[in-house]
Order: sequence, then C-alpha cells, then structure tokens
Amino acid sequence: MSTWLSYHWHAFFLSLRRLFEAPFTSLLNIIVIGIAFSFPTGMYMLLDNIQNLSGQLSGAPQLSIFLKSDTNKAAIERLKSHLKQHPEIANFQFISKEDALKQLEKEGGLADVLNSLTRNPLPDAFIIDAKDTSPETLKRLRAEMLDWPNSEHVQLDSTWMEKLNALIKLGALVVLILTILLSSALIIITFNTIRLQILTKRDEIEVSKLIGATSNFIRRPFLYFGAIQSMAGGAIAWLIVAIIITLINDELLNMIQIYTINFQLTHISYEDSIFLLLFSFWLGWLGSWLSVTSHL
Amino acid sequence: MIIFSNIYKRYPNGFEAVKNIAFTINQGEMVFITGPSGAGKSTILKLIGAIERPTAGDIIVNHHNVSKLKSRTIPFLRRNIGMVFQDQKILFDRSVFENIILPLQICGLDRQSAIQRVHAALDKVGLLGKEKNLPITLSGGERQRLCIARAVVNRPSILVADEPTAYLDKSDTKDIMNMFESFHNVGVTVLITTPNTDVSTYSQHRILTLNQGELIA
Repeated sequence: MSTWLSYHWHAFFLSLRRLFEAPFTSLLNIIVIGIAFSFPTGMYMLLDNIQNLSGQLSGAPQLSIFLKSDTNKAAIERLKSHLKQHPEIANFQFISKEDALKQLEKEGGLADVLNSLTRNPLPDAFIIDAKDTSPETLKRLRAEMLDWPNSEHVQLDSTWMEKLNALIKLGALVVLILTILLSSALIIITFNTIRLQILTKRDEIEVSKLIGATSNFIRRPFLYFGAIQSMAGGAIAWLIVAIIITLINDELLNMIQIYTINFQLTHISYEDSIFLLLFSFWLGWLGSWLSVTSHL
Repeated sequence: MIIFSNIYKRYPNGFEAVKNIAFTINQGEMVFITGPSGAGKSTILKLIGAIERPTAGDIIVNHHNVSKLKSRTIPFLRRNIGMVFQDQKILFDRSVFENIILPLQICGLDRQSAIQRVHAALDKVGLLGKEKNLPITLSGGERQRLCIARAVVNRPSILVADEPTAYLDKSDTKDIMNMFESFHNVGVTVLITTPNTDVSTYSQHRILTLNQGELIA
C-alpha cells in the first residue's frame, strides 16, 4: 500500500512540477480548455434554469371540460359522479357559469362590457387534475372526455408546455453535441500536449527505463499531467459560468422591478460542479492515455 | 552470480558483436573486461542488463535466465543491477539529488528512507554538499561520481560500469577505481569494462580480454 501511494505521490508531484516548468503554456492550455468547457456548461445551466422556471410557472398541466350551454343540473351531477369514480383522475373542480362570470368581473376589469351583455355567455366547466400528467395520458384523457355527453370542448393546458419542452429537448441536443465536440477537442489538446512532453522528456524516459522503471511508472506522470491540466480547465469553466450567472442575475434584479417577476438564475449545483470537475479530469486522463499509448 | 553460456549477439545489420562467449563471474567477484574499441565489451554489459537480448545462448544473472525473461519483468531485473553508462545518461535538468533519488522513486521507496539513502550514497562518492547543484556545474570526475552514486543508491548486488574512467585524469581515475574496490569489498559483484589493456598493472582482479567479439583470455 505504501509503495503504491509512494508511486502515485511521485507521479502527482512530478506532473505538478512539469505543469509549472512551462507556466505560461500550461496557463494558456488551461484557459483554452476552460473556455471550451464553459460553452456546454453555460448552455446546460441555461436549460436547467428554463426548466425550473417553466415548472414554477405552469405547475401540473390541467384539463378543462367546457359543457354545452343546455346542460342541465342532473347531467352535471352525473358528470361529477363519473369524474369521482374515474381511476385516472386525481381531483376536479366544478366552476359554474355564474362563478366564472363573477371571477371574470373581479379579475378581468371588464365589468362595463359584461354588464352590457343580455345573458351569461360563459359555459359550465370542470377543471381536472389527472393522476398521470404525462403528455400521452393527458392527450388520451382529452380524447375520451370529448366523447362524453354534454362535453362541448376539452382544453389541455399544457400545449405551450409541450412547445417549451420541445425547445428544451432541442437545447439539450445542442448541449450534447457541443459537449461531444468540445470534449473531443479537449482530448486532442491533451493528446498533443502529452506528445510534445514525451518528446522533450525522451532522455528522462530512456534513463528511467534503463534503471528499472516499469511502463506504468513512466506513464503515470503524463496521465496525471493531462488529468490535472484538464481538471483545472474544468474549474476555469465553472468560474466563467459562475461569473456570467452573477452578472445576469444583477441585470435580472433590474428586470424584476420593471416586470414584477420573481426569477433569478441558479448557480451550478454542488453535484453538477463535482461532475464537471470529474468529467474534465477523466477526459484529460483519456487524452493522455491515448497519447502515451501511441508514443511510448 | 553471472553466467554466460555460448552467447552470440548479431545486430540487425548483420554485425556480430559477440561470438560464442562463455564465462562465470561469482557473487562478490570483481572482474575487468578489456579489449579494443568494437571488441564487444559494452555489448556484454548491455546483455547483462537485458538492454540487448542474445541471438543465441543463455545468460544467468542472479539465478534468472535473462535470455528468456519476459519484457515486463526486465525492469525488476535492472533494479538489482547498478549501471554506470559510458555516456553517463545524466539528467541535466535535474539536480544531483534528484538524479540520484530516481532509482529509489522507481522502486517506490518512501521519501524519508530515500533521502537517507541518497545522502549515504553522496557521502560514499564524496559529493555531499553538492546535492542541490545542477550536473552542468560539476567537473568530469564529479559527474562520474554522480553516476556511481545513482548506480549504487539502490544497493544492487551487481555493479556494472562501462568505461567509467574514460576522459578522466589519473587522480580521478584512481579515486573512481578505489570506489569500485570499496563496493567489491562489501560483497557487490563488480564488472568494469576498460579499453586499457594494462589494467593488470594496477589491479589484481580477474581480467577477461575480448577481441572482435571473441573471448581471447
């Protein structure tokens, strides 16, 4: 165990030493990796925040059944009873045409217009919460409810959510493509850095082999170097995204006052931060491994 | 113990470096290999450390048949052989201390023990106090001492040196030879190549003489 630790400490410190042997080059590499990684990280954070916001705004999607104007009380009671027994419905609320009109008078500021009407044009309605709020189930329930007697129109309140979700899905795909492309770039950068290092450390490698170094002993510092450099790049990416979020949040404070909305971008979570650092570490390790495998 | 049994070494270009070499060097013995340039002296040392593989024959080093060792086990053989190379192979971007500690890092020795051993080796070769120097600041004799310290710091059972006194003046040559004598005196098997055929004038040890790849005496 102590020998194993000794090997890894040696490799770790040697890789740090190599990192500081050419500080300017190392810093440039780290910044390039950081900027490259900040794109997918930033986009991921943006999507995450949009998802959170849409969740806050919409709540669970609901179904609204608007009844035919000639629906009598007995039919309404039958519908209530049917809804109570329906296995896929969590709860429902009946809004009579009178209540709907009162609500419209209160909220809409349309009192004058409504007073001029000779009769109440609003229908009786049920607002329904389904147990399963997946788009497929809701669509199926909507189709079923359209066939019910006295049902004039059934509205699914999640249409705009679907559009937003489609956009979020598209965004997630863009993030995935960006991550793959920029991860490949990072692997190539690390591969080339390690290749150059191997060329400049030829003597050291040769001497080490002659005095008993195993292939693992020679490889290890290069692997650590690539991984540490890449992880430092991941940390820079985290910093860039954190600064951007802080700047945007400052601007959002002004918007909150103008638009009376309550929204702030959330920072990268603890779990996502750890993932970002580990993922960049792994990519650096992979790039180094590919390089030492082909050049040593 | 080192045993060479009918060893041949032919390079890919067809040059036959050693032909039908056979000898035994006992544990703790000190032996000189002499001969003119191109006689095959360095090849013999390279064969012992498995830097080169024989074309035919068996080489036994510390009870291991080097000819049949797998590549992955060669590093472990080399850890028991201290090697002083003809071209020194010093790392000029590392200090004296860092050059000498390298074999111990390769063996995975803990830092504290390694530091103690490096200081002991530096003391032995007379470089104590110069551990922080870069090799470029050392004289020719001091660089050779550095190579010897690196070769012995891991306390090998065999020490091989390829022309260790080449380019050294008489005083440094004498000092270096005394060092090898002292390692021999504590039981280390020492094998030294030298182009000087008059080595017998200053050493009572066994001499193997090579000429054109063949052992002639």
